[in-house]
Amino acid sequence: MVRVQLPYHLRNLASVGSEVELEVAAPVTIERVLDALEASYPMLRGTIREHASKQRRAYLRYFACQEDVSFAPADDPLPAAVAEGREPLIVMGAIAGG
Amino acid sequence: MPNVRVLIGTHKGAFIATSDAGRKNWKISGPFFGGLPIYHVKGSPLNPDRIWASQTDDWFGQVVHRSDDGGVTWAAMGNEFAYASKPGTHQWYDGTPHPWDFKRVWHFEPSYHDADTLYAGVEDAALFKSTDGGATWAELAGLRDHRTGSQWMPGAGGLCLHTIILDPHNPQRIVTAISAAGAFRSDDGGETWKTITKGLKSNFLPDPESEVGHCVHHIAMHPSHPNVLFMQKHWDVMRSDDAGDTWREISGNLPSDFGFVVDVHAHDPQTIYVVPIKSDSEHYPPDGKLRVYRSKGGDEWQPLTQGLPQENCYVNVLRDAMAVDTLDECGIYFGTTGGQVYVSPDGGDNWLAIAENLPAVKSVEVQTLK
Repeated sequence: MVRVQLPYHLRNLASVGSEVELEVAAPVTIERVLDALEASYPMLRGTIREHASKQRRAYLRYFACQEDVSFAPADDPLPAAVAEGREPLIVMGAIAGG
Repeated sequence: MPNVRVLIGTHKGAFIATSDAGRKNWKISGPFFGGLPIYHVKGSPLNPDRIWASQTDDWFGQVVHRSDDGGVTWAAMGNEFAYASKPGTHQWYDGTPHPWDFKRVWHFEPSYHDADTLYAGVEDAALFKSTDGGATWAELAGLRDHRTGSQWMPGAGGLCLHTIILDPHNPQRIVTAISAAGAFRSDDGGETWKTITKGLKSNFLPDPESEVGHCVHHIAMHPSHPNVLFMQKHWDVMRSDDAGDTWREISGNLPSDFGFVVDVHAHDPQTIYVVPIKSDSEHYPPDGKLRVYRSKGGDEWQPLTQGLPQENCYVNVLRDAMAVDTLDECGIYFGTTGGQVYVSPDGGDNWLAIAENLPAVKSVEVQTLK
């Protein structure tokens, strides 16, 4: 199972806890994880990536194994630790202060 | 059961205030969608327990929420607003062509005739319609495809379609307003559109009487008088008696004719309300006094101050933040960027605060419950 951590507001929108677990067929990529996430939680469509272009929304980033993988091609395999569920894929919102 | 339900959209969530017909004792629930900007909350006139809310921010984009139990529980609805035709371009701030790009829903307008049908006014300016309660959306592309569309230019708040007026007696008629393009009317259900800007004058335009480019802030109509429209423009309060074909200024003795809101008394189609704001550079009331102005048809205005702060008040009242109820003695409501929501249970003579410390209020709508 692949583990995904969502930002606070998306957890509320999807009515889930701090992590969700998803079945994702290998090779595990960001694109496949998000496809599985949106299939299980359709209310998240359009909130992480744009509907048509599938582009990541500008104020969000993807972190995996202490690395920022936001700018890697969406069909690049994620680290084995994420694919095997030992580490989560983290969807992180830009911090907002002031 | 309450007699009045006030739907409040704020910069950090939605709130619902309820009261009996006295409108003096209020119960507030919320925040709903706490921490998130809620541009508009509005209920169906056919089924008041069906309410839509527009949540929109730069992090997660557009989310449409719907409640079918008067705001107790909510479900996410469709949030894909895809332009129907090849997007093309409008003018950017510097006058260069800029691709049309969906950003947010500013306003929902539910149908008078079908509880599953509602319209959404969006930025970049376009009109969308849903016939399945908000699950899916289709653009009424005739508006954006208007021959002037490529000339439309955003105001500082964005190129937003913020006003949608439906005629309860004629489903074919729709009036919209766009900042800073102007006002438009369709008489065929949204297929084709005409500009309704004759008589508007905007001195910031190279041609002050241009067909488009006017920064219309809001338009109001009484449902029994669909040909009479009242407009608060960037500057100037205007009136049309021919459904927008021509306009005349009715600012009269207002201390400032800049402002955002305008609304009409529920039982007297000639009685109108505005909240003057000092200027386009100073978005707060003149002299630090929060005053609603009331007029019979325009030109002669009376300040309404009883119960409103008359010193050191420097809040704004945004374009969708005024509404009226339809109880026997019409109630007038408005919200401020300082987080206050005021009600006058007697048509404007006396005011009291429903809430004083909410986040900045973006919109106020009122439901009169049977």
